[in-house]
Amino acid sequence: MAPRSLLVVGNGMVGQKLVDLVVGEDRTEAWHVVVVGEESRPAYDRVALSSWFEGRTEADLSLVAPELLHHPAVDYRFGRVVTDLDTDARVAALDDGTSVAYDELVIATGSTPFVPPIEGRDLAGCFVYRTLDDLAAMREWAAVEGRSVGAVIGGGLLGLEAANALRALGLVTHVIEMAPHLMPQQLDRPAARMLERRITEMGVHIHCGMSTSAIEGDDAGVRSIRFADADADADPLVVDLVVFSAGIRPRDDLARRSGIEVGERGGIVIDDSCRSSVAGISAIGEVACHAGRVHGLVAPGYEMARVVADRLVGEGADGRDPGAPSTKLKLMGVALASFGQTVADDGCDELVFSDPIAKVHRKLVVDATTGALRGGILVGDAEGFDLLALMASGDVSTPSDIGSFLSPVSTSSIATVGPDALPDSAPICSCNAVTKGSICGAIADGAHTVKAIGACTSAGTGCGGCVPTVNRLLRSELDRMGVTVDQRICEHFAYDRQQLFDLIRFHRHRSWSEVRSAHGTGRGCEICRPVVASILASLANGYVLDGDQAALQDTNDHALANLQRNGTYSIVPRIPGGEVTPAQLIALGRIADEFGLYTKITGGQRIDLFGARLDQLPAIWERVLAAGMESGHAYGKALRTVKSCVGDTWCRYGVQDSVSMAIQIELRYRGLRAPHKIKAAVSGCARECAEAQSKDVGVIATERGWNLYVGGNGGTSPRHADLFATDVDDDTLVRYIDRFLMFYIRTADRLQRTAAWLDELEGGLDHLRSVVIDDSLGICDELEADMARHVESYECEWAATLRDPERRARFVEFVNAPEAAAEPGWSRTRGQRVPLPTTRREARV
Amino acid sequence: MTAIDTTTEMWTEVCDLDTLTPDRGVAALLDGVPVAVFRLSADVDSSHVVAVDHVDPVSGVGVMARGLVGSVGVRDVVVSPLLKQRFDLHTGECLDDPGVWLRTWPVRVADGRVLVGGVAPPAGG
Ligand code: SRM
Ligand SMILES: Cc1cc2nc3c(=O)[nH]c(=O)nc-3n(C[C@H](O)[C@H](O)[C@H](O)COP(=O)(O)OP(=O)(O)OC[C@H]3O[C@@H](n4cnc5c(N)ncnc54)[C@H](O)[C@@H]3O)c2cc1C
Ligand code: SF4
Ligand code: FES
Repeated sequence: MAPRSLLVVGNGMVGQKLVDLVVGEDRTEAWHVVVVGEESRPAYDRVALSSWFEGRTEADLSLVAPELLHHPAVDYRFGRVVTDLDTDARVAALDDGTSVAYDELVIATGSTPFVPPIEGRDLAGCFVYRTLDDLAAMREWAAVEGRSVGAVIGGGLLGLEAANALRALGLVTHVIEMAPHLMPQQLDRPAARMLERRITEMGVHIHCGMSTSAIEGDDAGVRSIRFADADADADPLVVDLVVFSAGIRPRDDLARRSGIEVGERGGIVIDDSCRSSVAGISAIGEVACHAGRVHGLVAPGYEMARVVADRLVGEGADGRDPGAPSTKLKLMGVALASFGQTVADDGCDELVFSDPIAKVHRKLVVDATTGALRGGILVGDAEGFDLLALMASGDVSTPSDIGSFLSPVSTSSIATVGPDALPDSAPICSCNAVTKGSICGAIADGAHTVKAIGACTSAGTGCGGCVPTVNRLLRSELDRMGVTVDQRICEHFAYDRQQLFDLIRFHRHRSWSEVRSAHGTGRGCEICRPVVASILASLANGYVLDGDQAALQDTNDHALANLQRNGTYSIVPRIPGGEVTPAQLIALGRIADEFGLYTKITGGQRIDLFGARLDQLPAIWERVLAAGMESGHAYGKALRTVKSCVGDTWCRYGVQDSVSMAIQIELRYRGLRAPHKIKAAVSGCARECAEAQSKDVGVIATERGWNLYVGGNGGTSPRHADLFATDVDDDTLVRYIDRFLMFYIRTADRLQRTAAWLDELEGGLDHLRSVVIDDSLGICDELEADMARHVESYECEWAATLRDPERRARFVEFVNAPEAAAEPGWSRTRGQRVPLPTTRREARV
Repeated sequence: MTAIDTTTEMWTEVCDLDTLTPDRGVAALLDGVPVAVFRLSADVDSSHVVAVDHVDPVSGVGVMARGLVGSVGVRDVVVSPLLKQRFDLHTGECLDDPGVWLRTWPVRVADGRVLVGGVAPPAGG
């Protein structure tokens, strides 16, 4: 049977969800899908739109898997608009003059920002905040010299998000709200006051109860905003950029033209299975009006996509009411959540906790007779939100001591109560409407990692906010099923790395034999030996090759050099911050020339000399040390390079001395042994020439200090670092890095870079901040002391080796024939000596 | 294991036992043939000093003496530092790739000196 034709109008978040579901679940290849999208690019994550200003790229935000673009069953038409429908003939007309015949049509055209009919609203410099193109245009406009003030008209959720973007663009930011307080739809007055105080502290100017009467300007663009009711001679607010954020309107124009029923206040009217009034046409997402309501959030839209997909390719399920909207977000660093009923009516009581000093305001609305939680507002501290939202929706019963949830300290969240307490119907992932039941089902079917659960249920693949809960659920389910998750590092130790670290630290073990006889079995292996070596070294136990530690190090550490494919070694001297003197360059050149070493600039801003025999290493390093350089630890799971740009010493854009800071960081943490290698970088301004956001520790200069990023990674699975702290001074920066690195060293798995560690850390970035910045575990003093001990006891391992004849004597090829050394075969390439080609074999993994 | 004739002159002196670090190898030349000699730590029950080929049969490069020593169950093994295959130190058998093996060599410790016998037993142990 020839496939039937499905036409999806609009390639936004919800339209794309439908395409994913239909194509992914269409086992019988019953559908051929045509997608017409007005924007020039594939659908992207609009919810995370603002993160584009923080460096996430179009590719990061894309929701369309690259394979899908070439999928035989899907035909994407970007940059095209459906202009008209012939609903009888089932044909759609496109703006390029073509037409598409369909059997089923789904309208997913979303909504459009509402721009109030104010004089001057079309002036250059006026924007809305909805698409990537909007953001790019804003950024371009704001980048012009002399433009320094921006205003957002509208103080709702989106308006405040836009305000944050203006701040990020370096503009003095104003927010103008017509209502007497911010976020009138979600917050009551006291809660909004608390929010206003917090945001004002951050330098944003808030004007509530003000309505804009005109935008003034000329051909060069906006100049000022004039308010209604103001004195005629009052000065207007001088601005260079205006963003309208005064609500959204469903894009139902196509439906109206085609005789499809729309709601009183707009939106295509749909029934429980998302069908419109016209046969063969459905609507989903923000353009749809269900039970008299248009939803401005993505979760209800996803639910609608699921309903339609089920109808087209599945068994056919009924829609379920998306329920009262709940919102949790961090606005400019202020936690903010509202859920269910936020204002008490007749049959309700209000419980309020308000702390003007800490600027925390929490309100719960409780049914006066039954005591059931109906809804609430949390400002300044959203602790417990997940559990409270479940109580409000009836998925979890309200405890009699609900009052104890008011004050943030005593609050329990799902994370502490345990997900066991939840019924199967409890929604865990609100982005993708995944319940506890379906996650447990996936676990029972063998999905035993958070990633695997995401792959089969989509849980955790949206905003990621539910990942800690999914993780908790996974562990407790596995526990219940009696599956022991094998955390042992290997057959010789019944511990994971963190437990081993704690044991060694607690018992103050100083040698392998102590550790093995106290906690292990057998002779150890290539896994546990280097782990123990690294832990002993992290705890500053002196020269890494002394005593029986010598037998722990893999060959790179043992030779203090990197083994190459032909049995020779490479030499990587430390070049802190990438700064090297001409004299050192000349010395390295001489050494390489004399020993015939292949020379290459590494990807880490240093120089690598390849092809040294084991017995040549001491002589070569002697020369390197004499040139004033030291070990670069390229061989160790340790700090590698701290990359830098030239910074304000030379660069016309630089705002801080990035080279000095990079050198300071590199010298402080050199030699620090860790679960995996650690890389860092310092950029002198936001142009980010040192690529700091791809490093474990990234530092970017600001006008006021430094922004610290953590958890970046290149390599196999690249990850952008997360912004951890902003505008900190030198001392704070170093203190945070000290704590961050030591906490990582204590708690990470073996061979786990900071990126993977952070992704798996329960509580994620917020938890990390609370440990490192707020000292929530009370361990910061210890972490700093451990680091101080490292800094104090640091010594160049090559200097220590060469000083001691016994250590030096290890570097012979054959113990009984010191003068004989096996010279591998060489060939020449581009004027340098390289190994003879060998046949490739598989490595053991 | 075959009885070894320790009276012939086929034994080559490698080094003093004291210079060997437990669970770490050294390479030596046996009439031009590179062998890897390991002293196993004494607290684990097994014969004390063993010798196998120094040349890693997987890469063809002389690196086995630089490998890490460990155990898999009751077997003592050395791990190739290049591509990480594990070899039984007493039989030469490769645990990860049945197609390759190390030859093993007889070892004798006399007067604190380590001697390796000059005739390699048949490959595969
Ligand atoms: C020499 C160098 C390549 C070059 O010629 O430029 C290099 C060489 C090796 N890299 Fe690398 N990496 C080098 C820069 C990089 C970079 C770029 C950078 O640092 O900016 C990356 C990506 C950035 C990152 O790590 O996030 C990189 C990601 C890796 C990875 C993947 C790590 C990951 O998290 O996925 C490995 C494999 C591993 O460590 O498990 C690796 C492993 C290796 C090893 C150790 C592989 C091995 O076992 O032989 C190579 C050691 C060669 C040697 O003898 O020195 N190398 N490697 C670079 C040395 C930089 C330095 O000055 O120290
Ligand atoms: C800055 C910002 C932050 C947000 N934050 C959140 C949040 O935290 N949580 C949350 O739940 N929601 C949030 N939202 C709302 C969320 O993005 C929307 O609910 C969601 O995108 C709706 O998806 P949709 O597919 O219905 O519409 P859209 O994503 O808007 O997609 C509709 C697409 O259809 C195209 N189109 C329109 N007409 C036509 C036509 N005739 N022909 C072809 N194509 C057409 C449009 O160009 C658009 O690309 C946010 C929105 C913004 C802008
Ligand atoms: S990051 Fe900034 S200071 Fe550094 S080189 Fe680039 S533009 Fe210049
Ligand atoms: S709640 Fe956003 S991904 Fe699950």
